[in-house]
Amino acid sequence: MELDSLYQEVILDHYKKPAHKGLATKFSAQVHHINPSCGDEITLNVLLESEAVKDVSWDGVGCSISQASTSIMTELMIGKSVADAFSILENFMTLMQSKGTQKGDEEVLEDAVALAGVSKFPARIKCALLGWMAFKDATAQGLIQDADQTKGEE
Amino acid sequence: MNNQIFDAEVIKRDFPIFDRKVRGGLPLVFLDSGATSQKPRSVLDAERHFYEFTNAAVNRGSYLLAEEANEAYENARATVAEFLAADVNEIIFTKSATESLNLLAYSFGNAEPGSKLALKPGDSIVVSEMEHHANLIPWQQLAKRTGATLSWFALKQDGRLDLDSIDQVITDRTKIVAITQQSNVLGTIVPLEAIVKRAHEVGAVVVLDACQSAPHFAIDVTKLDVDFLAFSGHKALGPTGVGVLWGRFELLDQMAPFLTGGSMIESVTMTDATWAPVPRRFEAGVPNMAQAVGLAAALKYLTDIGMDRIHNHEMALTKSALLQIAEIPGIKVIGPQDTNSRGGVISFTVDQVHPHDVGQVLDQYGIAVRTGHHCAWPLMRKLNVVGTTRASFYLYNTEADVSALVDGIRQVQKYFKV
Repeated sequence: MELDSLYQEVILDHYKKPAHKGLATKFSAQVHHINPSCGDEITLNVLLESEAVKDVSWDGVGCSISQASTSIMTELMIGKSVADAFSILENFMTLMQSKGTQKGDEEVLEDAVALAGVSKFPARIKCALLGWMAFKDATAQGLIQDADQTKGEE
Repeated sequence: MNNQIFDAEVIKRDFPIFDRKVRGGLPLVFLDSGATSQKPRSVLDAERHFYEFTNAAVNRGSYLLAEEANEAYENARATVAEFLAADVNEIIFTKSATESLNLLAYSFGNAEPGSKLALKPGDSIVVSEMEHHANLIPWQQLAKRTGATLSWFALKQDGRLDLDSIDQVITDRTKIVAITQQSNVLGTIVPLEAIVKRAHEVGAVVVLDACQSAPHFAIDVTKLDVDFLAFSGHKALGPTGVGVLWGRFELLDQMAPFLTGGSMIESVTMTDATWAPVPRRFEAGVPNMAQAVGLAAALKYLTDIGMDRIHNHEMALTKSALLQIAEIPGIKVIGPQDTNSRGGVISFTVDQVHPHDVGQVLDQYGIAVRTGHHCAWPLMRKLNVVGTTRASFYLYNTEADVSALVDGIRQVQKYFKV
């Protein structure tokens, strides 16, 4: 069934048991993103250390796609350098825009390749990207703050 | 047609879209008429005929086509007037109900200080907690611009408005009461009589959002005794791009324009202008003529069948759907649980499944429903839900559509193992 390409088992697993859900108290930046077309909301914390992603935690409400995608993203990003994290993010964006023509690079995206099917459902791409965009925003803000702090310390 | 048995299967044949197949070659089960309705062939033909035979800008040309276009457009206005039991000079064509409501909000905002419709700090505008964004934000923002306060009728647990406090909500300071006739989310029909009576007692005007009602049951503006009414064409089998604003002539006549430009003037100099009489004062620019003509065809189609028969048919489907949905464990209907004072709109939640996912699985079975916050975000917050799945019925829906929905909901639960 066509639906199975959207709701792969790994997505449903992440939906039922989302990783890193629950906001950590220590963070470099916190953002709140909304998908106005459906009302999904996410609050996401990023903790950076030496230009690496030390921790990502989040809370929010949304559909299985947005929840699973965010969960998968956190597992991918934690422990990566910011540069690598942004490169993975670019890779995922390209996959989401592929209209079902790409399977995704499992070496880079790991579990996130399970979301490849989302790219065939235009209305759901925003759901899949909600957490990733929040991560991008929070990390960018975290970098600026870190830079400001370093400046202050000099 | 009025004497014939109401047969939605036969009616469906008038709507070309039902000839197409959706996902996996399935027939279309369209349960989203609350968002927009499908169009019968007569509407498509009327619009096409206008473009093919009479297309010319109204209110300007001195040639045959322009005369015919004018006639077609003004006849459309007369048809709308008849549909609402109103006077023809009280009908204003807009591009949408949203524009109709904004027209009022901006026109009131432009009123001469001290006039009946002018607002000042301390005045109040009353809405309800279940308004569609289109009948909330224009008033919310008008309140901000003028210093007026926004008050509202709260929603009760049973999905109806709390009117016990009507005298505290509508006060001597109230200038405008803007309210929906039927909730687009809950299907609740608002008892207008008490609201209109109280509003008029304190000298306020009543603006009725009839988007979810005018397409589905007979409306008589004199009986309703409201002062303004808005509805959209595309929800009433008409084309997109045309909406209606009705208002009492004596009020419209006092009102300042909203959009300015061609057609709406009486006389113009480089530094000043005077306004055309109502309704043209509120129709700046070349209007959506073909769409107005299409809307007239739609309203004729509806009245030929009979608004009462359409309403009865929708209520039979709603009753059947409510009964069948109630039998499914884990499904909660949001809003009135029975068919008393409610229309053919059913919002529900499926335990542990987000509305988007519900809609996605239903789509796999060819079932089109609306999911999300339904442009009524404050209502969702009040109900403490992230969103709902909404099925809305119209004259072309059948018992088979209801069965498809009920089966589809069971498939959703099976798919998500809840």
